[in-house]
Amino acid sequence: MKALKIAEGIYDVGATDWNVRDFHGYSTENGSTYNAFLIIDEKVTLIDTVKVDFLDQLMAKISSVIDPAKIDYIVSNHTEMDHSGALPRLLHRIGKDIPVFCSKMGHKNLASHFGQKINYRPVADGEELCLGKRTLKFIETRMIHWPDSMFSYLVEDKILFSSDGFGQHYAGPERFDDEIGEAIMPYAKKYFANILWLYAPLIKGVLNKVRELNLPIEMICPDHGVLWRQNPAKIVEAYTRWCDLQPQPDKALVIYDTMWHSTEAMAEAIVAGLAAEGVSAKPMHLRTCHRSDVVTEAFDAKALVIGSPTLNNGLFPTVADFLTYLKGLKPKNKLAASFGSFGWSGEAAKLVEDELKTMGLHLSEDPLKIQYVPNREGLEKCFEFGRRIARAMR
Amino acid sequence: MDNFVCLVCGFVYDPNEGDPENGVAAGTPFADLPADWTCPVCGAPKDQFGKE
Ligand SMILES: [Fe+2]
Ligand SMILES: [Fe+2]
Repeated sequence: MKALKIAEGIYDVGATDWNVRDFHGYSTENGSTYNAFLIIDEKVTLIDTVKVDFLDQLMAKISSVIDPAKIDYIVSNHTEMDHSGALPRLLHRIGKDIPVFCSKMGHKNLASHFGQKINYRPVADGEELCLGKRTLKFIETRMIHWPDSMFSYLVEDKILFSSDGFGQHYAGPERFDDEIGEAIMPYAKKYFANILWLYAPLIKGVLNKVRELNLPIEMICPDHGVLWRQNPAKIVEAYTRWCDLQPQPDKALVIYDTMWHSTEAMAEAIVAGLAAEGVSAKPMHLRTCHRSDVVTEAFDAKALVIGSPTLNNGLFPTVADFLTYLKGLKPKNKLAASFGSFGWSGEAAKLVEDELKTMGLHLSEDPLKIQYVPNREGLEKCFEFGRRIARAMR
Repeated sequence: MDNFVCLVCGFVYDPNEGDPENGVAAGTPFADLPADWTCPVCGAPKDQFGKE
């Protein structure tokens, strides 16, 4: 397997995971890549590694450029195991004492994964490391997206190695933004919505900090997906916009599950009511759409209308799953409402409302409940419910 | 003395423990932390903390 040359003396030696479809509960319908970068200089330097199962791919790609035993330095921009998992075995193969440069938190976190025997070299924010002709500058970027996260900037080549920031879970024939074009943006947005949403206010600060450093950036190399070489500013601008958490004012999402199509019929009538008022709305059924896709749509929706049938006096499990996931992402600036069909007790719609309230979302309607199957009058209620939510969105 | 929790990452500041790694002695109430003190886990500023 051959390394991909990305600049003179600089290679992507990471792995392609064509078959991963579930990345810790995030659906990766096109697989992913674990990018790692090799810099050939007086000090041969490897930035990040790969998931442990892909060690052989990493070794083969390094070997296509240089004998892996010639690596002098390793940089760990991020502790999570998709980037550090192969580190202990790599060190075992090429030399246990090779210094591993990481942030202060990276030191703590790597040690909590792999013990203290590794030659960790914690670096301070802004510290520089001379590789020979080139210089690596480390920039602490806590919570993009772990406490240990940092960027490494290659000064002479103007390349930013951005760890998970600006990444996308995408494996394809394309390796650069110019090869795939606009089609990569939904993957980048899905990554932001599912991984970074809750840290948007902090990320905004980090982006400002990087901006103030005034580093010329010719290429951004994230640890997943394609590399931004044609227009790195494009993804930075997208992040700046996403960090503002401003929803599309006329977008609503009706998220639900259903047992005998009753909550589903309610969902569709609510969508029709929203649409009648000019809102762009669609239903998303939680056993058809993956939670990570629903969250991507929810990210920039102005209103979230969430429905659950009552099962055994409680929430339907997939709705509980979704609410738990959504709550962790700390949604803001949204209107919300709840609904659901029930048989004899009908707790679910209220339970959904309680969760939406603890998230701090604004509720303009009481929960809408319908016993068993909604009749014409019931569907009319749902339609009007949708219309009123649409008006409250204005 | 109250514990304070970081609203960004969930770290809990316990005044009985302080933050010795960053020069804050055990027994320091949250209110007495220096204004430029930040969350030792995620780096969030003091105003991002709430009473636990
Ligand atoms: Fe990560
Ligand atoms: Fe990652």
